[in-house]
Amino acid sequence: MNYKMLSKLFSQILALECVFMAPSIIICLLDNEIGLAINFFISIVIILAVAGILKFLSKNAKKGFYAREGYVCAGGSWILLSLGGALPFFLSRQIPNYIDAWFEIVSGLTTTGASILEDVESMSRGLLFWRSFSHWIGGMGVLVLLLALVSMGKNNNGFTLHLLRAESPGPDVGRIVPKMRETAMILYIIYLIMTLVDFLFLIAGGMSCFEALCTAFGTAGTGGFGVKADSLGSYSPYLINVTTIFMFLFGVNFNLYYLITTKQFKTAIKDEEVRYYFGIAGVATVLIAINIRNLYPTIGETLKHSAFQVSSLMTSTGFSTVDFDLWPNFSKGVLLFLMLIGACAGSTGGGFKVIRFILLFKSGRRGLKQMLSPNKVAVIRMNGHQVNEKVMNTLNIYLTVYVLILLASIFVVSFDGQSILTNISAVLACFNNIGPGFDMVGPSKSFHDFSILSKLVLIFDMLAGRLEIMPILAICNLSTWKRK
Amino acid sequence: MDIIIAGCGKLGSTIASNLSAAGYDLTLIDNDDTVLDHAIEVYDSIAIRGNCATLSVLHDAKVQSADLLIATTNSDELNLLCCMTARSINPNIHTIARIRNPEYHAQTYEMREAFGLSLMVNPERKAAKTIHKLIQLPGFLKRESFAKDRVEIVEIKIDHESILKDVPLTNLYKIVKCKVLVCVILREGEVITPDGSTILKENDRIFVTAQTNNLSLLLKNLGVISKRSGRVMLIGGGNISLYLAQELIKSNIKVEIIEQDATRCEELAGLLPEADIIHADASKHSTLESEGLSECDTIVSLTGMDELNIITSLYAAEHNVPQVITKVGYSDDYGILDKLPIGSIVCPKELSCNSIVRYVRAMSNNEGAAVSVHTIADGLAEAVEFKVDENTENLGVPLKKLKLKKGIIVACITHQEIPTIPNGDSYFEKGDSIILITKSDRIVLNLNDIFG
Repeated sequence: MNYKMLSKLFSQILALECVFMAPSIIICLLDNEIGLAINFFISIVIILAVAGILKFLSKNAKKGFYAREGYVCAGGSWILLSLGGALPFFLSRQIPNYIDAWFEIVSGLTTTGASILEDVESMSRGLLFWRSFSHWIGGMGVLVLLLALVSMGKNNNGFTLHLLRAESPGPDVGRIVPKMRETAMILYIIYLIMTLVDFLFLIAGGMSCFEALCTAFGTAGTGGFGVKADSLGSYSPYLINVTTIFMFLFGVNFNLYYLITTKQFKTAIKDEEVRYYFGIAGVATVLIAINIRNLYPTIGETLKHSAFQVSSLMTSTGFSTVDFDLWPNFSKGVLLFLMLIGACAGSTGGGFKVIRFILLFKSGRRGLKQMLSPNKVAVIRMNGHQVNEKVMNTLNIYLTVYVLILLASIFVVSFDGQSILTNISAVLACFNNIGPGFDMVGPSKSFHDFSILSKLVLIFDMLAGRLEIMPILAICNLSTWKRK
Repeated sequence: MDIIIAGCGKLGSTIASNLSAAGYDLTLIDNDDTVLDHAIEVYDSIAIRGNCATLSVLHDAKVQSADLLIATTNSDELNLLCCMTARSINPNIHTIARIRNPEYHAQTYEMREAFGLSLMVNPERKAAKTIHKLIQLPGFLKRESFAKDRVEIVEIKIDHESILKDVPLTNLYKIVKCKVLVCVILREGEVITPDGSTILKENDRIFVTAQTNNLSLLLKNLGVISKRSGRVMLIGGGNISLYLAQELIKSNIKVEIIEQDATRCEELAGLLPEADIIHADASKHSTLESEGLSECDTIVSLTGMDELNIITSLYAAEHNVPQVITKVGYSDDYGILDKLPIGSIVCPKELSCNSIVRYVRAMSNNEGAAVSVHTIADGLAEAVEFKVDENTENLGVPLKKLKLKKGIIVACITHQEIPTIPNGDSYFEKGDSIILITKSDRIVLNLNDIFG
């Protein structure tokens, strides 16, 4: 293990976090909350001190950065980042318990949007901003940003693929242009521009600048922290529809936007994953709209709420306009199904990812065919290209681990004695980075009442879900740390 | 610049490693997933799986906007087809193909014309040429030519008998009695840029710039044998052996080839009537001895197996064969071979890679570009040749008054076709051709970059 290289990267990540905290200080100063600004400042000093020590330890780092280091780096930086990001909440005593503060910021960074706050509106705007901004930071990923900003030195350029792989969602991560750094930059530029457009649309709808920023961050990162108790419920239909569309757009693979900007429309339209993504969302919206048609006065409003909830849960954002926990059971079933599927690979959304479901479905169909005619040889295709068996193997491992963690988490969380739907949906909502679940963790409730143990399990789930499990498992695995 | 490399074998990946470190946009094509998986982890590049001569794969590799295609699959015909297909999509693309079948060798020029290739590389032929030059002047481990073959950089190893051992460089002229410049010392895997006070030690490998017609004088004064080689034994009857034997026979040197495949032996016997072709297993040392190993002046190990080559060379060195040359095909790191007495090491893929890198650099920088680039000292240093033109700064200023960047040495200035080893009073003039030595981690792309 190349510890020196790791601590070099960690120190850079932490330094980056300090830069990210700066806007929150400005909000505090604008609101005349000097005390909070000082708390932010103290947090920055603490983080910088840790970064400094790590930087000092990383002197004379050797080159060479392999899969093992990539996973540990991804997992480690997210843990460090969240531990540092929790400081302002804790220091300001607005969340007095450090575990709660950690839960809140992990939920922010992993773009989950699950909150332990019982009354959002009582929190200072500086902290609300930090919470929402963490969605934006975590959405595209900090390591990706680091790759875009910092050159790793010419001998390490190739090795950075391990970092992108460990942080970007999806079974098969590649570059869109030959150079890693340019790839990372292109992704961030697309991200930035789309966020800006969303922000302008919200401003045009009469939202205040602060709320528009926070909502745009929550939408872009597919996070879901709102600044109001009823999430987006009190906003105008225009704002709700804009958010529906943008949530949905941020759940699309960003490589597609690159294809569109380089005028390769044909390849973009042919993408199988996106077709399924649109298809599933469309069918779900119609089904729910039919099911809840009696709850709302007009067809327009029914569709508005149905589309918003579908978009919000499928992309793992977790905003809500109404308390969908009160909807009929069939609608809840459909939503639970969407929560499982998640968004496209290579987007800011979480979940199991549409592409994995397509691949699993195809693999299952192939397995069945081979059972019926044992000598049949068949390959799995995606977008017309043969899928490597190694990818399928990794996918099977992923599925296994995913299910095991899901079951284990539900088991531990049930010690708290909540209803079974609460437990299942809480774990699902955290593991898939969605936010709200059903029953006691429904859109109008919070995660406040869980025990410390359950919260720690849910923190683990959120991090594992955002980083596609393996980096976090790699850190927990003893053999990672053995001398080799 | 966008470069596509088709075929990621030995040569392809060496080129990829070189070009990716130099910061070009690389796309790699290969039909083997394992090779590609490894390649994208190590080189900053995109990988595409498939047959590089198909339109769809070339489209995926964005050949329409690429500047250069390098085809290095193991099939000559596929390489040609790949280049042709690429040119049918993008007529402006430069193409480089590896063509190594000796039967095509005679028609190199016609093929280049017919297929519109910018460059054809033949690693085996290149290796044979390099080995031939080494046989002409035994005593140097490596020779690199510059300035139309008037100047060379040669590599000499200081062993325990060498009269250069423990000599400070200021005294060098007294011993060798001709103007030469030690430009790089390779000591324990590290490159040292020497000055007058540097003292040479045992096991150092020194890289010396000298005029070509001074080389035999240099050897004589160093007390190294420079008797012309009269009898050469080639172990292994591959293509390098064939090319090399043809060259050697032309210069009236007796050639003996030991090859273990009977059919190949007959083929060689047909192609090389003047050479002795022995059908035997070279890994049996008794064979080597019975074939007169100890009477040879030079032994060249050229089989397809690096291990066998190294062992055969060790055996030859043990039997005091005056000159030993070893071909190494796979290794990335020659440092470990340094300590073994296996003579000169020749690596075909490295030689071809050098010519391709040279071509790429010339392409990417037309003005003030290097005329030629040679990597020396196990790739740790580079010798770069530049032409001085009107855009060059500091014309006519003596070198002692110039501040050059650290680690850069002016090894030779060729003024009006006469090469001189520069001293403090030398200066650059328009039309000169100069040779610079730099460490490989700081690549000099333009002559004006050297001024501090």
